[in-house]
Amino acid sequence: MNAVDTLMFYLQYSFVRYAIIVGVLIALCSSLLGVTLVLKRYSFIGDGLSHVAFGAMAVASVMKITDYTVLTLPVTVVTAILLLKAGQGAKIKGDAAIAMLSVSALAIGYMLMNIFSSSANVSGDVCSTLFGSTSILTLTDSQVLLCIILSFAVIVMFVLFYNRIFAVTFDENFIKSTGVSADRYNLIISVIIAVIIVLGMNIVGSLLISALIIFPALSAMSLIQSFKGVVICSSIISVLCALGGIIISILAVTPVGSTIVTCDMVVFIICFLIGKVVKLS
Amino acid sequence: MSVLKVDSLDIGYEGKTVATNIDFEVKKGEYLCIVGENGAGKSTLVKTLLGLIKPIKGTVEVGSGGIGYLPQQTDIQRDFPATVKEIVLSGCISGMGIRPFYSSVEKKKAKKNMELMSVWDMRNKSYRKLSGGQQQRVLLARALCASQDMLFLDEPVTGLDPKVTQDFYELVEKINSEGITIIMVSHDMEAALKYSSHILHIDKDSIFYGTKDEYLKSDEAVKIRAVRKKEDE
Repeated sequence: MNAVDTLMFYLQYSFVRYAIIVGVLIALCSSLLGVTLVLKRYSFIGDGLSHVAFGAMAVASVMKITDYTVLTLPVTVVTAILLLKAGQGAKIKGDAAIAMLSVSALAIGYMLMNIFSSSANVSGDVCSTLFGSTSILTLTDSQVLLCIILSFAVIVMFVLFYNRIFAVTFDENFIKSTGVSADRYNLIISVIIAVIIVLGMNIVGSLLISALIIFPALSAMSLIQSFKGVVICSSIISVLCALGGIIISILAVTPVGSTIVTCDMVVFIICFLIGKVVKLS
Repeated sequence: MSVLKVDSLDIGYEGKTVATNIDFEVKKGEYLCIVGENGAGKSTLVKTLLGLIKPIKGTVEVGSGGIGYLPQQTDIQRDFPATVKEIVLSGCISGMGIRPFYSSVEKKKAKKNMELMSVWDMRNKSYRKLSGGQQQRVLLARALCASQDMLFLDEPVTGLDPKVTQDFYELVEKINSEGITIIMVSHDMEAALKYSSHILHIDKDSIFYGTKDEYLKSDEAVKIRAVRKKEDE
């Protein structure tokens, strides 16, 4: 069987089609706010949040909640809001607080899974939560539906608030001085990030989700000069990398999450080099 | 008509008071320069006037026309992928209420201000590729979109070379001559005395507010000249 036949063979299965739909949607959503995250120096918040989401997932699995999202989504959203408030005070303290929070969540999450897990393969479970190795292929109908709804919500929110998100990203103090509540838009940004992280855990796992947010944005930023252009370009890059990564992982039997992230990384290196060459000439 | 009224204001941050009892009133069309040594509370005053931090005591009243703020550049902005047009348009947001997108009225306003600041030709260029002087003109156009009443310039000539600085001052003077109030925080005492109509001088232990002529006769100005003279010798 050649590659196309193999692909067609796998596409007959609904779980593969689900994986592709969910993967593309998540990639699209995660790339939208990447630019804002990178430019506002919020990247570390994304990282911290994903670890908290891992902790919440561990708690959910201990409590035998079948749909993890019920717990991980509210916990991550609340943490995002708290982190944002902490970060507005002192920058360095906020940094340390996030580092503490994320390692604590990791440690406690792993411990809980070890002590209470009824599964025979604890390290396998932990590994798939961290790296998302198989979870995307075991999605249920309701999970897929939830993912589609949340993705559309993220996209609609982003489009509606696009001009404000741009303004708050470029110059928060200017916006505040005109009497617009910049804090409200920061809040919206961090809630969207939290939703994206919970969604993204399904596909690339909690350790790798930051890559999905940051890489496409950085790739686009080294090529494109306008904000709108960067947002459009980074979503295209992200969707193509997700699609490419899923297909490669099916054909080459590699873990889905890390294959997608590797694609993102390779594209970033190419874009970065092109950007450098263009700048020099 | 007063566009900014400050009444027995005490300013500070994190509960620490840095200056007390500041009183002044800026009328439409005036050109106020805020001068004073570093650490005397200038930047705290700026943040308080703009509503970024709360006053410890007293009130700040801003006229209905709002403030067009020209902030000091941040590191984020120097490498920000955005076109001139995108940035100038973002000055219109405060007037949009809950409407998500710019209307043709706002686009026209942005165009007018870009033409006024002679940046219309570079509207599709990236902000990060412009020179320092061009960037300041873009931010001025954005500030004019936010307010046609009063501009608030925070150390606007920092990092500009003498020629560009001179051009910038002349541009601001032109804006002022069209009836727009200017408030400028400045290190540049010479320019402050040349262009302004009023001076607010903040020092660790004294605060002066008055017209330029009153200022030149005041103790603060005498002290500064004495220091300058000493430095020259």
